[in-house]
Amino acid sequence: MLDIRDLEAGYGSVTVLRGVALDVQPGEIHCLLGRNGAGKTTLLKAIMGHVRRQGSILHDGAELTSLPPHEVPRRGIGYVPQGRRLFAELTVAENLEIGLMTRRSGREVRERMLALFPRLGERLRQRAGTLSGGEQQMLAMARALALEPTLLLLDEPTEGLQPSMIQLIRDVVTDLRQTHVATLLVEQRVEAVLRVADRVTFIENGHTRETLTADELRGRPELLDRYVGV
Amino acid sequence: MDWSWFPFEMPHPALLWAGVLEGIVLSAVLALTALGLSLVFGVMRIVNVAHGEFYMLGAVLAYAVTSVIGGHPALGFTVALIVAPLLVGALAAASDWLVLKRLNYEPEATIVATIGMLYIIQQLSLEFFGPDARPVVAPFDWRIRLPWFGYSGYKFVVVGAAILLMIGVWVLMARTRIGLIMRATQFDREMASAFGIPVDRVFAGVFALGAGLAAIGAVLIVPVQQAHYLMGGDPLLLSFIVVIIGGLGSLKGTVVAALLIGLSDGIISTLFTPTLAKILATLLVAMVLVFRPQGLFGTRAA
Repeated sequence: MLDIRDLEAGYGSVTVLRGVALDVQPGEIHCLLGRNGAGKTTLLKAIMGHVRRQGSILHDGAELTSLPPHEVPRRGIGYVPQGRRLFAELTVAENLEIGLMTRRSGREVRERMLALFPRLGERLRQRAGTLSGGEQQMLAMARALALEPTLLLLDEPTEGLQPSMIQLIRDVVTDLRQTHVATLLVEQRVEAVLRVADRVTFIENGHTRETLTADELRGRPELLDRYVGV
Repeated sequence: MDWSWFPFEMPHPALLWAGVLEGIVLSAVLALTALGLSLVFGVMRIVNVAHGEFYMLGAVLAYAVTSVIGGHPALGFTVALIVAPLLVGALAAASDWLVLKRLNYEPEATIVATIGMLYIIQQLSLEFFGPDARPVVAPFDWRIRLPWFGYSGYKFVVVGAAILLMIGVWVLMARTRIGLIMRATQFDREMASAFGIPVDRVFAGVFALGAGLAAIGAVLIVPVQQAHYLMGGDPLLLSFIVVIIGGLGSLKGTVVAALLIGLSDGIISTLFTPTLAKILATLLVAMVLVFRPQGLFGTRAA
Protein backbone atom coordinates (compact mmCIF):
# COMPACT_ATOMS: atom_id res chain seq x y z
CA MET A 1 0.00 0.00 0.00
CA LEU A 2 2.85 2.38 0.93
CA ASP A 3 6.43 1.45 0.17
CA ILE A 4 9.18 3.96 0.93
CA ARG A 5 12.72 3.24 -0.17
CA ASP A 6 15.97 5.12 0.14
CA LEU A 7 14.19 8.37 0.92
CA GLU A 8 16.10 11.54 1.56
CA ALA A 9 14.18 14.62 2.67
CA GLY A 10 14.78 18.01 4.21
CA TYR A 11 14.17 21.74 4.25
CA GLY A 12 16.22 23.91 1.90
CA SER A 13 19.85 22.92 2.28
CA VAL A 14 19.23 21.01 5.55
CA THR A 15 18.74 17.27 5.09
CA VAL A 16 16.69 15.67 7.87
CA LEU A 17 15.98 12.16 6.58
CA ARG A 18 18.52 9.85 4.93
CA GLY A 19 18.11 6.30 3.65
CA VAL A 20 14.60 5.95 5.05
CA ALA A 21 12.71 2.70 4.30
CA LEU A 22 9.19 1.94 5.46
CA ASP A 23 6.28 -0.18 4.33
CA VAL A 24 2.67 0.15 5.45
CA GLN A 25 0.14 -2.62 4.82
CA PRO A 26 -3.59 -2.14 4.13
CA GLY A 27 -5.62 -1.96 7.33
CA GLU A 28 -2.65 -1.73 9.67
CA ILE A 29 -1.86 0.86 12.28
CA HIS A 30 1.81 1.59 11.87
CA CYS A 31 3.49 3.79 14.48
CA LEU A 32 6.63 5.86 14.14
CA LEU A 33 8.53 6.18 17.39
CA GLY A 34 11.59 8.28 18.08
CA ARG A 35 12.91 11.23 20.00
CA ASN A 36 12.03 14.84 19.27
CA GLY A 37 13.81 15.93 16.12
CA ALA A 38 14.37 12.36 14.90
CA GLY A 39 12.44 13.16 11.69
CA LYS A 40 8.97 11.63 12.29
CA THR A 41 7.05 14.74 11.25
CA THR A 42 9.39 15.33 8.32
CA LEU A 43 8.62 11.82 7.06
CA LEU A 44 4.89 12.57 6.99
CA LYS A 45 5.59 15.90 5.26
CA ALA A 46 7.76 14.12 2.72
CA ILE A 47 4.87 11.79 1.86
CA MET A 48 2.59 14.83 1.44
CA GLY A 49 5.18 16.56 -0.74
CA HIS A 50 5.59 19.51 1.63
CA VAL A 51 9.38 19.19 1.91
CA ARG A 52 12.19 18.62 -0.56
CA ARG A 53 12.51 14.88 -1.16
CA GLN A 54 14.44 12.32 -3.23
CA GLY A 55 14.12 8.58 -3.48
CA SER A 56 11.03 6.48 -3.83
CA ILE A 57 7.59 6.71 -2.18
CA LEU A 58 5.37 4.16 -3.89
CA HIS A 59 1.68 4.32 -3.06
CA ASP A 60 -0.51 1.66 -4.69
CA GLY A 61 2.07 1.43 -7.45
CA ALA A 62 2.28 5.19 -8.12
CA GLU A 63 5.44 7.18 -7.45
CA LEU A 64 4.43 10.06 -5.14
CA THR A 65 7.76 11.91 -5.42
CA SER A 66 6.96 12.81 -9.03
CA LEU A 67 3.47 14.16 -8.23
CA PRO A 68 2.66 17.77 -7.30
CA PRO A 69 1.49 18.05 -3.65
CA HIS A 70 -2.20 18.56 -4.50
CA GLU A 71 -2.33 15.19 -6.31
CA VAL A 72 -1.34 13.31 -3.13
CA PRO A 73 -4.72 13.67 -1.34
CA ARG A 74 -6.46 12.82 -4.62
CA ARG A 75 -4.79 9.41 -4.40
CA GLY A 76 -6.52 8.71 -1.08
CA ILE A 77 -4.04 9.99 1.48
CA GLY A 78 -5.52 11.96 4.39
CA TYR A 79 -3.33 14.11 6.62
CA VAL A 80 -3.85 15.31 10.19
CA PRO A 81 -0.76 17.44 10.85
CA GLN A 82 0.88 18.26 14.12
CA GLY A 83 -0.91 21.14 15.82
CA ARG A 84 -3.96 20.36 13.62
CA ARG A 85 -3.45 23.38 11.33
CA LEU A 86 -7.12 24.04 10.82
CA PHE A 87 -8.16 27.00 8.68
CA ALA A 88 -8.78 28.95 11.90
CA GLU A 89 -10.43 31.95 10.22
CA LEU A 90 -12.91 29.73 8.38
CA THR A 91 -15.99 28.14 9.93
CA VAL A 92 -16.31 24.50 10.93
CA ALA A 93 -18.57 23.91 7.92
CA GLU A 94 -16.03 25.53 5.57
CA ASN A 95 -13.18 23.46 7.01
CA LEU A 96 -15.22 20.32 6.36
CA GLU A 97 -15.93 21.50 2.85
CA ILE A 98 -12.18 21.82 2.21
CA GLY A 99 -11.93 18.16 3.15
CA LEU A 100 -14.55 17.41 0.51
CA MET A 101 -12.71 19.39 -2.20
CA THR A 102 -11.54 16.32 -4.10
CA ARG A 103 -15.06 15.05 -4.76
CA ARG A 104 -18.02 16.33 -6.73
CA SER A 105 -20.75 15.82 -4.17
CA GLY A 106 -19.92 15.44 -0.53
CA ARG A 107 -23.31 15.62 1.18
CA GLU A 108 -23.40 11.96 2.19
CA VAL A 109 -19.79 11.93 3.45
CA ARG A 110 -20.42 15.17 5.31
CA GLU A 111 -23.40 13.65 7.12
CA ARG A 112 -21.26 10.65 8.05
CA MET A 113 -18.57 12.89 9.53
CA LEU A 114 -21.13 14.80 11.56
CA ALA A 115 -22.55 11.48 12.83
CA LEU A 116 -19.03 10.43 13.83
CA PHE A 117 -18.39 13.73 15.62
CA PRO A 118 -21.84 15.10 16.61
CA ARG A 119 -20.23 17.99 18.52
CA LEU A 120 -19.08 19.49 15.20
CA GLY A 121 -22.68 19.59 13.98
CA GLU A 122 -23.54 21.98 16.80
CA ARG A 123 -20.68 24.30 15.87
CA LEU A 124 -20.96 24.49 12.06
CA ARG A 125 -21.18 28.31 11.91
CA GLN A 126 -18.41 28.86 14.46
CA ARG A 127 -14.91 29.80 13.38
CA ALA A 128 -12.56 26.84 13.74
CA GLY A 129 -10.05 28.89 15.74
CA THR A 130 -12.60 29.39 18.53
CA LEU A 131 -13.17 25.66 19.14
CA SER A 132 -11.75 23.88 22.19
CA GLY A 133 -8.65 21.74 21.70
CA GLY A 134 -10.64 18.51 21.58
CA GLU A 135 -13.16 19.92 19.11
CA GLN A 136 -10.33 21.17 16.93
CA GLN A 137 -8.84 17.69 16.85
CA MET A 138 -12.25 16.24 15.92
CA LEU A 139 -12.49 18.73 13.08
CA ALA A 140 -8.96 17.95 11.90
CA MET A 141 -9.85 14.24 11.89
CA ALA A 142 -13.19 14.81 10.16
CA ARG A 143 -11.55 17.05 7.53
CA ALA A 144 -9.02 14.33 6.71
CA LEU A 145 -11.53 11.46 6.85
CA ALA A 146 -13.85 13.35 4.51
CA LEU A 147 -11.36 12.46 1.75
CA GLU A 148 -12.30 8.83 2.47
CA PRO A 149 -8.60 8.00 2.56
CA THR A 150 -7.12 4.55 2.23
CA LEU A 151 -4.05 5.83 4.07
CA LEU A 152 -4.31 8.23 6.99
CA LEU A 153 -1.27 10.14 8.28
CA LEU A 154 -1.72 11.20 11.92
CA ASP A 155 0.86 13.42 13.61
CA GLU A 156 0.46 13.36 17.39
CA PRO A 157 -3.33 13.40 17.29
CA THR A 158 -3.74 13.14 21.06
CA GLU A 159 -1.24 15.86 22.01
CA GLY A 160 -2.68 18.05 24.76
CA LEU A 161 -6.07 16.35 24.87
CA GLN A 162 -8.02 15.16 27.91
CA PRO A 163 -8.42 11.37 28.45
CA SER A 164 -12.01 11.11 27.16
CA MET A 165 -10.97 12.77 23.93
CA ILE A 166 -7.90 10.54 23.56
CA GLN A 167 -10.24 7.55 23.91
CA LEU A 168 -12.53 8.91 21.18
CA ILE A 169 -9.62 9.44 18.76
CA ARG A 170 -8.30 5.96 19.56
CA ASP A 171 -11.73 4.43 18.89
CA VAL A 172 -11.97 6.20 15.55
CA VAL A 173 -8.52 4.98 14.51
CA THR A 174 -9.17 1.36 15.54
CA ASP A 175 -12.55 1.43 13.76
CA LEU A 176 -10.75 2.51 10.58
CA ARG A 177 -8.74 -0.68 10.71
CA GLN A 178 -12.01 -2.61 10.18
CA THR A 179 -12.52 -0.82 6.88
CA HIS A 180 -8.95 -1.59 5.69
CA VAL A 181 -7.77 1.98 6.05
CA ALA A 182 -4.07 2.04 6.88
CA THR A 183 -2.87 4.52 9.48
CA LEU A 184 0.64 5.89 9.82
CA LEU A 185 0.75 7.32 13.33
CA VAL A 186 3.34 9.55 14.95
CA GLU A 187 2.91 9.37 18.70
CA GLN A 188 5.14 10.22 21.66
CA ARG A 189 3.42 8.19 24.35
CA VAL A 190 4.69 4.64 24.27
CA GLU A 191 1.84 3.09 26.26
CA ALA A 192 -0.71 4.59 23.85
CA VAL A 193 1.27 3.23 20.90
CA LEU A 194 1.44 -0.26 22.35
CA ARG A 195 -2.31 -0.27 22.87
CA VAL A 196 -3.29 0.49 19.23
CA ALA A 197 -0.32 -0.27 17.00
CA ASP A 198 0.05 -3.35 14.82
CA ARG A 199 3.65 -2.55 13.97
CA VAL A 200 6.19 0.01 15.11
CA THR A 201 9.13 1.54 13.25
CA PHE A 202 11.80 3.41 15.15
CA ILE A 203 13.40 6.54 13.75
CA GLU A 204 16.72 7.82 15.01
CA ASN A 205 18.63 10.87 13.73
CA GLY A 206 16.80 10.78 10.41
CA HIS A 207 17.28 7.05 9.78
CA THR A 208 14.68 4.31 10.12
CA ARG A 209 15.83 1.49 12.43
CA GLU A 210 13.99 -1.69 13.51
CA THR A 211 10.44 -2.41 12.43
CA LEU A 212 8.62 -4.93 14.60
CA THR A 213 5.11 -5.88 15.73
CA ALA A 214 3.66 -4.53 18.95
CA ASP A 215 3.91 -7.98 20.53
CA GLU A 216 7.58 -8.30 19.61
CA LEU A 217 8.20 -4.84 21.05
CA ARG A 218 6.70 -5.83 24.41
CA GLY A 219 9.38 -8.52 24.63
CA ARG A 220 12.20 -6.07 23.83
CA PRO A 221 11.82 -3.06 26.17
CA GLU A 222 15.52 -2.22 25.68
CA LEU A 223 14.61 -0.84 22.22
CA LEU A 224 12.37 1.73 23.88
CA ASP A 225 15.22 2.76 26.13
CA ARG A 226 17.53 3.09 23.19
CA TYR A 227 15.33 5.02 20.73
CA VAL A 228 12.82 6.85 22.89
CA GLY A 229 14.74 7.04 26.14
CA VAL A 230 11.96 6.43 28.60
CA MET B 1 -12.78 84.44 13.44
CA ASP B 2 -9.70 85.68 11.64
CA TRP B 3 -8.68 83.48 8.71
CA SER B 4 -5.97 85.78 7.37
CA TRP B 5 -3.20 83.35 8.49
CA PHE B 6 -4.65 80.61 6.24
CA PRO B 7 -2.38 80.29 3.18
CA PHE B 8 -5.17 79.41 0.69
CA GLU B 9 -8.07 81.41 -0.67
CA MET B 10 -11.48 80.43 0.65
CA PRO B 11 -13.33 78.80 -2.24
CA HIS B 12 -16.90 79.01 -3.47
CA PRO B 13 -19.25 76.42 -1.82
CA ALA B 14 -20.21 74.91 -5.20
CA LEU B 15 -16.57 73.96 -5.59
CA LEU B 16 -16.85 71.89 -2.43
CA TRP B 17 -19.61 69.83 -4.05
CA ALA B 18 -17.59 69.45 -7.21
CA GLY B 19 -14.73 68.20 -5.05
CA VAL B 20 -17.00 65.70 -3.28
CA LEU B 21 -18.31 64.33 -6.60
CA GLU B 22 -14.83 64.06 -8.11
CA GLY B 23 -13.72 62.38 -4.90
CA ILE B 24 -16.49 59.79 -5.11
CA VAL B 25 -15.58 58.92 -8.71
CA LEU B 26 -11.90 58.65 -7.74
CA SER B 27 -12.86 56.50 -4.73
CA ALA B 28 -14.82 54.09 -6.89
CA VAL B 29 -12.00 53.45 -9.36
CA LEU B 30 -9.42 53.44 -6.59
CA ALA B 31 -11.39 50.86 -4.61
CA LEU B 32 -11.39 48.50 -7.62
CA THR B 33 -7.68 48.96 -8.28
CA ALA B 34 -6.70 48.65 -4.61
CA LEU B 35 -8.91 45.60 -4.24
CA GLY B 36 -6.87 43.87 -6.93
CA LEU B 37 -3.62 44.75 -5.19
CA SER B 38 -5.02 43.64 -1.84
CA LEU B 39 -6.27 40.29 -3.19
CA VAL B 40 -2.87 39.52 -4.71
CA PHE B 41 -1.03 40.41 -1.53
CA GLY B 42 -3.58 38.71 0.70
CA VAL B 43 -3.64 35.35 -1.05
CA MET B 44 -0.16 35.19 -2.60
CA ARG B 45 1.86 37.42 -0.20
CA ILE B 46 3.23 39.21 -3.24
CA VAL B 47 3.72 42.96 -3.42
CA ASN B 48 2.85 43.55 -7.05
CA VAL B 49 4.75 46.67 -8.09
CA ALA B 50 3.51 46.16 -11.68
CA HIS B 51 -0.13 46.57 -10.60
CA GLY B 52 -0.32 50.13 -11.95
CA GLU B 53 0.93 48.92 -15.34
CA PHE B 54 -1.92 46.41 -15.58
CA TYR B 55 -4.18 49.41 -14.95
CA MET B 56 -2.42 51.42 -17.67
CA LEU B 57 -2.64 48.48 -20.04
CA GLY B 58 -6.40 48.28 -19.43
CA ALA B 59 -6.75 51.93 -20.46
CA VAL B 60 -4.48 51.62 -23.51
CA LEU B 61 -6.29 48.48 -24.68
CA ALA B 62 -9.60 50.30 -24.24
CA TYR B 63 -8.27 52.96 -26.62
CA ALA B 64 -7.07 50.32 -29.07
CA VAL B 65 -10.38 48.44 -29.04
CA THR B 66 -12.57 51.54 -29.36
CA SER B 67 -10.48 52.91 -32.20
CA VAL B 68 -10.79 49.64 -34.13
CA ILE B 69 -14.53 49.23 -33.63
CA GLY B 70 -16.61 51.87 -35.33
CA GLY B 71 -20.29 52.73 -34.95
CA HIS B 72 -21.85 54.03 -31.77
CA PRO B 73 -19.27 54.79 -29.02
CA ALA B 74 -21.19 52.55 -26.60
CA LEU B 75 -20.51 49.51 -28.79
CA GLY B 76 -16.72 49.86 -28.79
CA PHE B 77 -16.73 50.75 -25.11
CA THR B 78 -18.75 47.68 -24.14
CA VAL B 79 -16.40 45.43 -26.10
CA ALA B 80 -13.42 47.15 -24.44
CA LEU B 81 -14.95 46.64 -21.01
CA ILE B 82 -14.97 42.89 -21.63
CA VAL B 83 -11.89 42.38 -23.80
CA ALA B 84 -9.36 44.62 -22.01
CA PRO B 85 -9.69 42.98 -18.54
CA LEU B 86 -9.60 39.51 -20.11
CA LEU B 87 -6.44 40.27 -22.09
CA VAL B 88 -4.78 41.91 -19.09
CA GLY B 89 -5.82 38.97 -16.90
CA ALA B 90 -4.38 36.51 -19.40
CA LEU B 91 -1.12 38.47 -19.52
CA ALA B 92 -0.99 38.46 -15.71
CA ALA B 93 -1.60 34.71 -15.56
CA ALA B 94 1.14 34.18 -18.12
CA SER B 95 3.62 36.33 -16.21
CA ASP B 96 2.72 34.45 -13.03
CA TRP B 97 3.49 31.20 -14.82
CA LEU B 98 6.69 32.44 -16.49
CA VAL B 99 8.16 34.53 -13.68
CA LEU B 100 6.60 34.39 -10.22
CA LYS B 101 6.08 30.62 -10.09
CA ARG B 102 9.72 30.09 -11.04
CA LEU B 103 10.76 32.27 -8.09
CA ASN B 104 8.69 30.05 -5.77
CA TYR B 105 6.73 33.19 -4.84
CA GLU B 106 9.58 34.37 -2.58
CA PRO B 107 8.41 37.76 -1.25
CA GLU B 108 11.67 39.65 -1.85
CA ALA B 109 12.43 38.10 -5.25
CA THR B 110 8.91 38.79 -6.53
CA ILE B 111 9.17 42.49 -5.63
CA VAL B 112 12.25 42.78 -7.84
CA ALA B 113 10.57 40.70 -10.55
CA THR B 114 7.42 42.84 -10.59
CA ILE B 115 9.56 45.99 -10.80
CA GLY B 116 11.03 44.42 -13.94
CA MET B 117 7.54 43.64 -15.24
CA LEU B 118 6.58 47.28 -14.62
CA TYR B 119 9.28 48.56 -16.97
CA ILE B 120 8.74 45.87 -19.60
CA ILE B 121 5.01 46.57 -19.82
CA GLN B 122 5.56 50.32 -19.77
CA GLN B 123 8.20 50.31 -22.51
CA LEU B 124 6.28 47.88 -24.71
CA SER B 125 3.27 50.14 -24.39
CA LEU B 126 5.39 53.15 -25.36
CA GLU B 127 6.74 51.18 -28.33
CA PHE B 128 3.34 50.15 -29.67
CA PHE B 129 1.06 53.03 -28.71
CA GLY B 130 3.49 55.92 -28.62
CA PRO B 131 4.02 58.69 -26.07
CA ASP B 132 0.76 60.57 -26.69
CA ALA B 133 -2.28 60.61 -24.43
CA ARG B 134 -5.16 58.92 -26.28
CA PRO B 135 -8.78 59.86 -25.69
CA VAL B 136 -11.61 57.37 -25.47
CA VAL B 137 -15.11 58.68 -26.16
CA ALA B 138 -17.60 58.03 -23.34
CA PRO B 139 -20.28 55.47 -24.29
CA PHE B 140 -22.98 58.10 -23.87
CA ASP B 141 -23.16 61.81 -23.25
CA TRP B 142 -25.78 63.09 -20.91
CA ARG B 143 -25.41 65.54 -18.12
CA ILE B 144 -27.23 65.53 -14.85
CA ARG B 145 -28.45 68.96 -13.71
CA LEU B 146 -27.42 69.52 -10.11
CA PRO B 147 -28.47 72.71 -8.19
CA TRP B 148 -24.99 74.21 -8.64
CA PHE B 149 -23.80 72.90 -11.98
CA GLY B 150 -24.34 70.22 -14.62
CA TYR B 151 -22.40 67.01 -14.06
CA SER B 152 -21.41 64.14 -16.31
CA GLY B 153 -23.93 61.32 -16.03
CA TYR B 154 -21.22 58.91 -17.14
CA LYS B 155 -19.33 59.48 -13.91
CA PHE B 156 -22.32 58.27 -11.93
CA VAL B 157 -22.36 55.13 -14.04
CA VAL B 158 -18.68 54.60 -13.20
CA VAL B 159 -19.53 54.75 -9.51
CA GLY B 160 -22.48 52.36 -9.94
CA ALA B 161 -20.43 49.88 -11.95
CA ALA B 162 -17.63 49.94 -9.37
CA ILE B 163 -20.11 49.26 -6.56
CA LEU B 164 -21.61 46.32 -8.50
CA LEU B 165 -18.16 44.87 -9.20
CA MET B 166 -17.16 45.12 -5.56
CA ILE B 167 -20.35 43.37 -4.49
CA GLY B 168 -19.52 40.74 -7.09
CA VAL B 169 -16.02 40.21 -5.67
CA TRP B 170 -17.48 40.00 -2.16
CA VAL B 171 -19.99 37.35 -3.25
CA LEU B 172 -17.20 35.46 -5.04
CA MET B 173 -14.99 35.47 -1.95
CA ALA B 174 -17.60 34.84 0.73
CA ARG B 175 -20.24 32.71 -0.96
CA THR B 176 -18.67 30.52 -3.63
CA ARG B 177 -16.48 27.45 -3.79
CA ILE B 178 -13.81 29.39 -5.68
CA GLY B 179 -13.80 31.99 -2.89
CA LEU B 180 -13.45 29.27 -0.26
CA ILE B 181 -10.50 27.82 -2.17
CA MET B 182 -8.90 31.28 -2.33
CA ARG B 183 -9.44 31.92 1.39
CA ALA B 184 -8.07 28.50 2.36
CA THR B 185 -5.00 29.08 0.16
CA GLN B 186 -4.54 32.52 1.71
CA PHE B 187 -4.65 31.05 5.21
CA ASP B 188 -2.32 28.06 4.75
CA ARG B 189 -1.23 27.13 1.22
CA GLU B 190 0.49 23.94 2.34
CA MET B 191 -2.62 22.57 4.06
CA ALA B 192 -4.74 23.69 1.12
CA SER B 193 -2.61 21.53 -1.16
CA ALA B 194 -2.97 18.67 1.34
CA PHE B 195 -6.68 18.68 0.49
CA GLY B 196 -6.28 18.65 -3.25
CA ILE B 197 -6.26 22.40 -3.96
CA PRO B 198 -3.82 23.14 -6.83
CA VAL B 199 -2.12 26.14 -5.26
CA ASP B 200 -0.21 27.21 -8.38
CA ARG B 201 -3.42 27.38 -10.42
CA VAL B 202 -5.14 29.35 -7.63
CA PHE B 203 -2.21 31.78 -7.65
CA ALA B 204 -2.36 32.24 -11.43
CA GLY B 205 -6.11 32.89 -11.13
CA VAL B 206 -5.74 35.36 -8.28
CA PHE B 207 -2.97 37.25 -10.08
CA ALA B 208 -5.17 37.43 -13.17
CA LEU B 209 -8.19 38.55 -11.14
CA GLY B 210 -6.16 41.27 -9.39
CA ALA B 211 -4.81 42.59 -12.68
CA GLY B 212 -8.25 42.30 -14.29
CA LEU B 213 -9.82 44.44 -11.56
CA ALA B 214 -7.21 47.15 -12.15
CA ALA B 215 -7.90 46.94 -15.90
CA ILE B 216 -11.68 47.28 -15.41
CA GLY B 217 -11.08 50.32 -13.21
CA ALA B 218 -8.94 51.83 -15.97
CA VAL B 219 -11.46 51.13 -18.75
CA LEU B 220 -14.16 52.79 -16.65
CA ILE B 221 -12.08 55.91 -16.02
CA VAL B 222 -10.43 56.30 -19.43
CA PRO B 223 -13.31 58.30 -21.02
CA VAL B 224 -12.69 60.85 -18.26
CA GLN B 225 -8.89 60.72 -18.13
CA GLN B 226 -7.30 59.58 -21.44
CA ALA B 227 -4.92 56.65 -21.89
CA HIS B 228 -1.19 57.23 -21.54
CA TYR B 229 1.76 54.89 -21.07
CA LEU B 230 2.84 56.61 -17.84
CA MET B 231 -0.62 56.71 -16.23
CA GLY B 232 0.05 53.68 -13.97
CA GLY B 233 2.11 55.55 -11.35
CA ASP B 234 -0.62 57.38 -9.46
CA PRO B 235 -3.01 54.40 -9.17
CA LEU B 236 -0.13 52.25 -7.88
CA LEU B 237 0.83 54.79 -5.21
CA LEU B 238 -2.78 55.47 -4.19
CA SER B 239 -3.59 51.73 -4.14
CA PHE B 240 -0.70 51.09 -1.78
CA ILE B 241 -1.89 53.95 0.42
CA VAL B 242 -5.44 52.53 0.45
CA VAL B 243 -4.28 49.00 1.16
CA ILE B 244 -2.00 50.10 4.01
CA ILE B 245 -4.69 52.27 5.60
CA GLY B 246 -7.50 49.76 5.13
CA GLY B 247 -5.54 46.71 6.17
CA LEU B 248 -4.32 43.98 3.85
CA GLY B 249 -6.80 41.33 2.84
CA SER B 250 -9.77 43.28 4.22
CA LEU B 251 -12.45 44.03 1.64
CA LYS B 252 -14.25 46.38 4.02
CA GLY B 253 -11.01 48.16 4.89
CA THR B 254 -10.19 48.63 1.21
CA VAL B 255 -13.58 50.21 0.48
CA VAL B 256 -13.51 52.50 3.54
CA ALA B 257 -9.90 53.57 2.91
CA ALA B 258 -10.62 54.15 -0.81
CA LEU B 259 -13.52 56.43 0.16
CA LEU B 260 -11.35 58.24 2.69
CA ILE B 261 -8.44 58.78 0.28
CA GLY B 262 -10.63 59.38 -2.78
CA LEU B 263 -12.85 61.95 -1.07
CA SER B 264 -10.01 63.80 0.63
CA ASP B 265 -8.04 63.80 -2.62
CA GLY B 266 -11.05 65.07 -4.59
CA ILE B 267 -12.01 67.76 -2.09
CA ILE B 268 -8.52 68.96 -1.21
CA SER B 269 -7.36 68.93 -4.86
CA THR B 270 -10.40 70.96 -5.92
CA LEU B 271 -10.36 73.42 -3.05
CA PHE B 272 -6.61 73.77 -2.56
CA THR B 273 -3.93 71.89 -4.49
CA PRO B 274 -3.38 68.26 -5.53
CA THR B 275 0.03 68.41 -3.85
CA LEU B 276 -1.57 69.16 -0.48
CA ALA B 277 -3.89 66.17 -1.00
CA LYS B 278 -0.94 63.85 -1.60
CA ILE B 279 0.92 65.29 1.39
CA LEU B 280 -2.04 64.60 3.68
CA ALA B 281 -2.56 61.08 2.29
CA THR B 282 1.10 60.25 2.82
CA LEU B 283 0.94 61.69 6.33
CA LEU B 284 -2.07 59.49 7.03
CA VAL B 285 -0.16 56.42 5.85
CA ALA B 286 2.73 57.31 8.14
CA MET B 287 0.34 57.70 11.09
CA VAL B 288 -1.32 54.35 10.35
CA LEU B 289 2.03 52.59 10.02
CA VAL B 290 3.17 54.00 13.35
CA PHE B 291 0.01 53.59 15.40
CA ARG B 292 -1.89 50.77 13.72
CA PRO B 293 0.45 48.86 11.39
CA GLN B 294 -2.15 46.21 10.56
CA GLY B 295 -4.39 48.92 9.08
CA LEU B 296 -7.82 50.09 10.20
CA PHE B 297 -9.59 46.79 9.51
CA GLY B 298 -6.72 44.37 9.10
CA THR B 299 -5.82 41.57 11.45
CA ARG B 300 -2.27 41.28 12.70
CA ALA B 301 -0.05 39.24 10.41
CA ALA B 302 0.85 35.87 11.88
